[in-house]
Amino acid sequence: MKKPPIIKRVMFSVVLFYTLHFAHCAVFAQGISSVELVNNASVYDGKIITYEGEVIGDVMQRGEYAWANLSDGKGAIGIWLDKALADSITYTGSYKSKGDLLEVTGTFRRACSQHGGDLDIHAESLRKISGGRQLKERLNPAKLNFVWILTGVLCLVLILRLFRSRQNKK
Amino acid sequence: MILRPNIEDIKTTGYYLGKIILGLGMVMLLPLVIGLAFGEINPALDFVIALEISLALGLLLTNICYTDRDLNWMQGMLVVSLSWLVATLLGAIPLYLSGHWNSYLDACFDAMSGFATTGLTLAQDIDHLSYAHNFWRHLIMFIGGQGIIIVALSLFVKGLAGAFKMYIGEARDERILPNVIQTSRFIWLVSIVYLILGTLALGVTGMLSGMKTINAFFHGICIFMAAFDTGGFAPQSQNILYYHSLPFEIITVVIMILGALNFKLHYHIWTGNRKEIIKNIETGTLFISIILTFWITAMGLSQSNVYPGALNLFRKGFYQLISGHTGTGFQTIYAGQFLREWSQLSLVGIIIAMGIGGAVCSTTGAIKTLRIGIVFKAMMQDIKRIILPEKAIVVKKFHHIKDVFLEDAQVRAALLITLAYLVLYMLGALIGMLYGYPFLSSLFESTSAAANVGLSCGITDTTMPDMLKITYIFQMWAGRLEFISVFTLMGFFIALIRGKS
Repeated sequence: MKKPPIIKRVMFSVVLFYTLHFAHCAVFAQGISSVELVNNASVYDGKIITYEGEVIGDVMQRGEYAWANLSDGKGAIGIWLDKALADSITYTGSYKSKGDLLEVTGTFRRACSQHGGDLDIHAESLRKISGGRQLKERLNPAKLNFVWILTGVLCLVLILRLFRSRQNKK
Repeated sequence: MILRPNIEDIKTTGYYLGKIILGLGMVMLLPLVIGLAFGEINPALDFVIALEISLALGLLLTNICYTDRDLNWMQGMLVVSLSWLVATLLGAIPLYLSGHWNSYLDACFDAMSGFATTGLTLAQDIDHLSYAHNFWRHLIMFIGGQGIIIVALSLFVKGLAGAFKMYIGEARDERILPNVIQTSRFIWLVSIVYLILGTLALGVTGMLSGMKTINAFFHGICIFMAAFDTGGFAPQSQNILYYHSLPFEIITVVIMILGALNFKLHYHIWTGNRKEIIKNIETGTLFISIILTFWITAMGLSQSNVYPGALNLFRKGFYQLISGHTGTGFQTIYAGQFLREWSQLSLVGIIIAMGIGGAVCSTTGAIKTLRIGIVFKAMMQDIKRIILPEKAIVVKKFHHIKDVFLEDAQVRAALLITLAYLVLYMLGALIGMLYGYPFLSSLFESTSAAANVGLSCGITDTTMPDMLKITYIFQMWAGRLEFISVFTLMGFFIALIRGKS
């Protein structure tokens, strides 16, 4: 069988190399889930990755830096970020609010030597995908109706108890 | 010949069970107040519903089964085992109504996990859970850690003899003060004093760590309840990793160790007898066991070479180990990291620590260090008997509050309970393996459930088979009550069917 010319082989190798290289980078740039990061921590260790999630709990300021925990719905990961970046966070997720949805690009650490072996991301840049908001709580009418029914049952039981204690006294 | 229980047995059991349900209902007022204070309308309604169901059931039982008789041994044990089941069913109501649990079974799993101070959870999206529900999750750990019966004893129960039987049934075989009512109140006194100090320490640390004041103290009280009662729930999904704080970890380690000590030892320390810490067989065994299991864990971690530097290895390894040994279940690593990053040797170290547990008459589960100490002493005694001349009399003593001569009955009791725990650990592991989980992870999760620890290597998840959830619920219940009252309940049902009147 005739071998392809050397120029074709070199071109094929170059195309293959760049395809694999950029495919590799594209995976990291697309945003990786918390489950993927935890389950394959050694693969991403020390790499620059992109992670998306809602800010939950408190943004905890530590000197010139801050900790923000970002949840992607499957898990939450601690983000170590510059105070200036942290200041751009307006809402954090709780029962009464939906936190800002952020896209963080930074270095992923499987066991960060700076932070006692924590699995974390040191943010280099941050982009707000969508802002958070206060959540309005609406009264659940089904629950309220159930409360009234149970109040009636409880009153009946109390009447029964009173009736019985009077009978016992007699 | 097995005798069939009579109507009086059922009435007396029902009456005291009703009283305990009333007590549980009253406790639900606390999260209700929290919900109202934070303006959480629907969560408050969840607790009104659960409160009304509890009160109605409690009043019905005390009314229908009214009796002025005191409990006998069987009835006392029955009340205890049933109380824990009923508390689980009632405690799960507000959890399920919150919508953060996928099914009522999942909510029951978490309620039992809370009452039994285990800490395994099937909750979804905890980060958006209301203050009221979060407080309830931690409060049930506090109630369960002290003992549901202790709560009732302190509030309602008058009869001393019956109270003692229920107290024993809840796996507390030591009286600190002459009667159990005083003992219950002392346990509460210790817990409340530590609650105030612990909440202050954690709250201030939270504030200094950058948390909002209200959240810092809310997390402080929740984390204290979960740490002192060796529970393991936390208000956020990342557990203790959420705080990214070394001082927070140090304070929780201290609280976890305090929770793993015998309340009788606390009494002696409080009354000035500080030497008891060094002399006591339980603390001695706990200390040796921590050193040995940490050595195994650290060797395993150095094999896997995950953590950069000895200090980081110590921080991660020691925290998970203390959390496992005291039966707490706090984690500063993700569940998946146990299997993927830690070597099998380090997992074995944690499993052994979880299996041993803390002191008797504490808030921990598992075999407990007193029994391990007694079994070890008995083994040494037997070795001595072999070595020394046949006519030599070998006497062995151990110190537990006072000097005690080692007797065969104590060794037998310690060995029986140890064996029962080992069977329980293996049972859960076997069922886990039947569902296709690997041996080591099945054993890890099973030991964690049965020893009421709460560390998870990832099996505990809402998608796991229902049968496995029920297995873990049973393990948490039987492990917390140390079998006797659970066996009594089983015996009661057998006697109902096969007994002769």
